[in-house]
Amino acid sequence: MQDFAQHFINGLSLGSIYALIALGYTMVYGILQLINFAHSDVYMMGAFCSYYAARFLNLNDSQGLPSFVVLLMSSIIGCAILGFLIERLAYRPLRNAPKLNVLIAAIGVSLLLQYTGQSVFGDDPKVFPTVLPNVPVLEGSSFTVHSLDLVVLGVTLLTLLVLNLLIFRTRIGMAMRAVSQNMRVASLMGVNPNRIISATFILGSALAGVGSVLVGLKYPKVEPLMGTMIGMKAFIAAVLGGIGNLSGAVLGAVLMGLSEEMVVGYLSSTYRDALAFGILIAVLIFKPAGLLGRSATEKV
Amino acid sequence: MLSLFKQIEVKLDRKLRRKLNPSLKLKLILNRNLNLNLKPFLKASAGILLLSTCTKKDVILVGHFATMTGSEASFGTSTDEAIKMARDEVNAAGGIHGKKIEIITLDDQGRPELAAAMVKRLIEQDKVVAILGEVASTRTLAAAPIAQKSKIPLVTPSSTNPKVTQIGDYIFRTCFIDPFQGTVMANFTLNNLKLKKVAIFRDIKSDYSVGLADFFKARLLELGGTVVEDLSYQSGDVDFNGQLTKIKSAQPEAVFIPGYYTEVGLIALQARQAGIKAALLGGDGWESTKLYEIGKDAVEGGYFSNHYSGDSTDPIVVSFVKKYKEKYGRVPDGMAATGYDGAKILFQAIANAASPTPELIRDQLAMIKDYNGVTGKISMNEKRDAVKGAVVVQVTGKSTKFVQNVNP
Repeated sequence: MQDFAQHFINGLSLGSIYALIALGYTMVYGILQLINFAHSDVYMMGAFCSYYAARFLNLNDSQGLPSFVVLLMSSIIGCAILGFLIERLAYRPLRNAPKLNVLIAAIGVSLLLQYTGQSVFGDDPKVFPTVLPNVPVLEGSSFTVHSLDLVVLGVTLLTLLVLNLLIFRTRIGMAMRAVSQNMRVASLMGVNPNRIISATFILGSALAGVGSVLVGLKYPKVEPLMGTMIGMKAFIAAVLGGIGNLSGAVLGAVLMGLSEEMVVGYLSSTYRDALAFGILIAVLIFKPAGLLGRSATEKV
Repeated sequence: MLSLFKQIEVKLDRKLRRKLNPSLKLKLILNRNLNLNLKPFLKASAGILLLSTCTKKDVILVGHFATMTGSEASFGTSTDEAIKMARDEVNAAGGIHGKKIEIITLDDQGRPELAAAMVKRLIEQDKVVAILGEVASTRTLAAAPIAQKSKIPLVTPSSTNPKVTQIGDYIFRTCFIDPFQGTVMANFTLNNLKLKKVAIFRDIKSDYSVGLADFFKARLLELGGTVVEDLSYQSGDVDFNGQLTKIKSAQPEAVFIPGYYTEVGLIALQARQAGIKAALLGGDGWESTKLYEIGKDAVEGGYFSNHYSGDSTDPIVVSFVKKYKEKYGRVPDGMAATGYDGAKILFQAIANAASPTPELIRDQLAMIKDYNGVTGKISMNEKRDAVKGAVVVQVTGKSTKFVQNVNP
């Protein structure tokens, strides 16, 4: 069991990144029962937003907190606008259409963003500016914790806390919960469902923006298809934790990161994804609604 | 504007339809649909006819399939630029058999299935007499059976996996093969660097990487070295911390990463962050300026085997580098050098053939001997593989430095 501490830290750090994306999936699903496949591509667009912002402002070499905040803001704003537009232009016209139509629209938007990315930004990988240094901050005999690991974990936990406060302690959160339970009755109570749904998309997409900057700092490679794999893993993490449940998404994502890491560490690096996904399938066989999800009869 | 006309048309149609009898109505609808649907097709097919009739007579068509977009795009663009430079030189000297060479480049986006489709298109639609193509062995392996079946010679300038030319007698290569490259790096590690404990980190999704890792490992064990860890990743991965943690605790003196530059850059970064101080070694897949952009200081000092070194003093290399710099404004990388040699050798074979037909070109390709190329002296052996040397280079600054010449 040598290196267990290091593998645990690596897994936790990877899981926190999945968690930020998984939160976006789970929020949209919670309110619309829609799997927003375009979410992973919003994340990709966020990475490009901050990449180009950095180039425009010549931030490539300057290291420090102010430039990190600038990157974060540009990505968040870009993603929020994109998320709002996607909902307004692609999903809202289909509000009363069957669920399957919206799902297909989501896949369409996802492909549109990927191919737009390929033709506009080009396909070759870009190098993300590392504005925050990734230095060892805590060194034990058999493990090292890097500064970015802490930043990622901290940002994820903070986001979870803020989201929970927002949804369970504020008026807009109450409206979100009402809309997710019954859109029509909520609108009879004076809630404007369209506005609430827009707000949910803006919030979820902004989270993807935060995730994209953190991933960019940790793995400094930006390309138009970067969202595909991480998006799939985050989506599965959301399902594992119980889709629609915020804490579940984070728990699922951390489990996902840890199981991937442990498979590499103690089983086989070749079957990393296969075994990691296999473990998750096993969990879902025994808990079909996910770890923290409530099983409810699906109205199809 | 167009849609406005369409709307008016539709409105008129509706008015007419009410008055006309059913058979006329049908005709009208058909007419309109035909008009709308067939026009682009008619135009396109006319264009193809025009093209195929006016280009075929006075030129020799050569196809090139390459990764012009995607994560290994720099391989394809470098190769294509060099091939076009070779074409311009031949055409400026009057062409071959009084005809000009024309290159048709198609993009396979880095996908093996598209590589096969593009080669099919080059053969069936464009009717090329020979094909140049692909750097990555996986994609050449996907496309070569089609060329073999149609009996069109295919020359790969840079695919190093031995299986490529085993596909058939129409498949040639003008670079060294992985057993040689693996042997070179294993020899270099043990004899020159004097490092014995080596970890291998291979890309399980790439034929090139797996093959190179196997040959390196075999030779290293033969010479008395030890492989302390042999792990894998998949191209497209971004997180390698799990594997690197294992590699670190195995305490190797060197890590051999026979992958492509995009991942190698990230692996090197994470390896240094994880505290691995061992020397990093690789193959010609490292060759790209992106390696230094992504890997930064982490790849500094790494060694890899390559086809040629730009700082060589050989007059052929000097003149090639000078011409390439004038044309494209940068120093040619290894793929440009192999692409240039591959194209030049193919043109030589076309010139040697009595007439530019695929069969005769094939026969001439098989007879290439002691061709003096940018990447060394090249001869074809009976397996249709080039027999030639390699160089070992070291990453220094944002470039590479010549370390050693290795001959077969």
